[in-house]
Amino acid sequence: MVAKLIMTSSSGEQTEYELVNETTTIGRKPGNDIQIDNLSVSGRHAQVITILEDSFLEDLGSTNGTYVNGKLVKKHALEHGDNITLGKYQITYHNAASGGEQDFEQTMIIRPGEAGMPEEAGGKEIDKSVQKISAAIASEAASAAASPMSNREACLQLLSGANAGKELILTKALTTIGQPGVQVAAITRRPQGFFLIHVDGGPNNNVPKVGGSPIGSNAHELKSHDIIEIAGVKMEFYLK
Amino acid sequence: MNLQNKISITGLTDAGRVREKNEDAIGFDSALGLVVLADGMGGHRGGEIASSMTVDKIIGDLQQRLPEIETGEIDEASGFSMESICIQDAVVAANELVYNTAEANPEHKGMGTTIVVLQFYNNSFSLAHIGDSRCYRLRSDKIEQITKDHSLLQELIDRGFYTPEEARNSMNKNLVTRALGIDPIVMPDIQEDIVLKNDIYLLCSDGLTDLVEDNDIYLTIKQFSANLEDAAKQLITKANQKGGKDNISVMLCRIDEDFSTKQGWFKKLVGWFD
Repeated sequence: MVAKLIMTSSSGEQTEYELVNETTTIGRKPGNDIQIDNLSVSGRHAQVITILEDSFLEDLGSTNGTYVNGKLVKKHALEHGDNITLGKYQITYHNAASGGEQDFEQTMIIRPGEAGMPEEAGGKEIDKSVQKISAAIASEAASAAASPMSNREACLQLLSGANAGKELILTKALTTIGQPGVQVAAITRRPQGFFLIHVDGGPNNNVPKVGGSPIGSNAHELKSHDIIEIAGVKMEFYLK
Repeated sequence: MNLQNKISITGLTDAGRVREKNEDAIGFDSALGLVVLADGMGGHRGGEIASSMTVDKIIGDLQQRLPEIETGEIDEASGFSMESICIQDAVVAANELVYNTAEANPEHKGMGTTIVVLQFYNNSFSLAHIGDSRCYRLRSDKIEQITKDHSLLQELIDRGFYTPEEARNSMNKNLVTRALGIDPIVMPDIQEDIVLKNDIYLLCSDGLTDLVEDNDIYLTIKQFSANLEDAAKQLITKANQKGGKDNISVMLCRIDEDFSTKQGWFKKLVGWFD
């Protein structure tokens, strides 16, 4: 069952659009899949991306915004019955498949390239366009995988203490910093970036700070130019 | 160093309530501090073959190689410990084995598996994974997922279409973007981290995490933390109570004792603060 958008104009007239393509664009200008010739709607207002059974609404930087059930959204995972407002127009999202029991439990692999999905797709036919977008995402994921670990070199530069100015390049997958018995922290390199971890707070249970606030017990993702404080020493983390 | 009495390890796997076969496979070596979990996929027994073959191959390779290396030695080129390098090699070798087996047997074409490998040494660990099987850490009253799924759902979350909460209700579960045995070459994600006494590590297949929420997992393990086997049983029972729609595997490791080697990581600290 194909999901669809049902648009109601200000005069109450209804039009149905089936979401058969990976991307369905909505806007005032010609060339949109759903054209709404009204000034309250931006030229390129929003788009709906459909992957298998799920659809996602994305505002394309419209002037008047895109609302779902009265709430302004940038990106939104659509659910059956969602009411989308673009300018003076109302659009309802219908997906008969949603909410029902899905026969889609078998784990499958999405592969980059034309091979796309494996043949046994839970007995369902998968639209070519779905293969395309899934393959595109898989290929991005694969190229990210091809360059494991952030390629960018990370550094710590001491900002205070006797060694202020000294720089340490984080070449190891795991670097421990601090003073045993006083405070020890670790920086671990994960595929998605560098993370600061509280290891040992010493007798006073000191916790490392980032930007002045103590980090929790979970790993804290570091952003370039974060200021870290460990055992009273300040240092800046940055990516080269 | 024999880690038998330093780390408690337990593992259970269950077919669940819907599937006839169990395509998950688990294995561990307590002395080495090595824990491996795989969730196979592919028809005609392919999933079972891929996952069990992978677990056996990785454990076998590491049992041979780990005793030969110096604990915690760093490979200059990559910045990884030698343990991480050995794990990576073992995963690559397992991938080759599964891929070649599938190529040689048309009925197994397309079989593959997820994999999580956790190796403890010198008060730290190396962790490698491919696919959507996960590793969590319980530490000071918190649970943290320390692997990031290679799945379509995770990609959609990264792109901002879903919050992790919304993703729970998505129908596009079970689509992995990386798996072992599907292509001639695959690279696992690898990370290293420090281990603290009383940490509990959980390895699990999506048969658990699709049905039991993180907080529920945390509370269950917390309640039964004194007896890991009871905790594992209870987690499987919870997943089955919620439908047991997939195979469920749970492995738990509790750090009972310090296991630093002589050249402990404290000694390797950068001498900045002196």
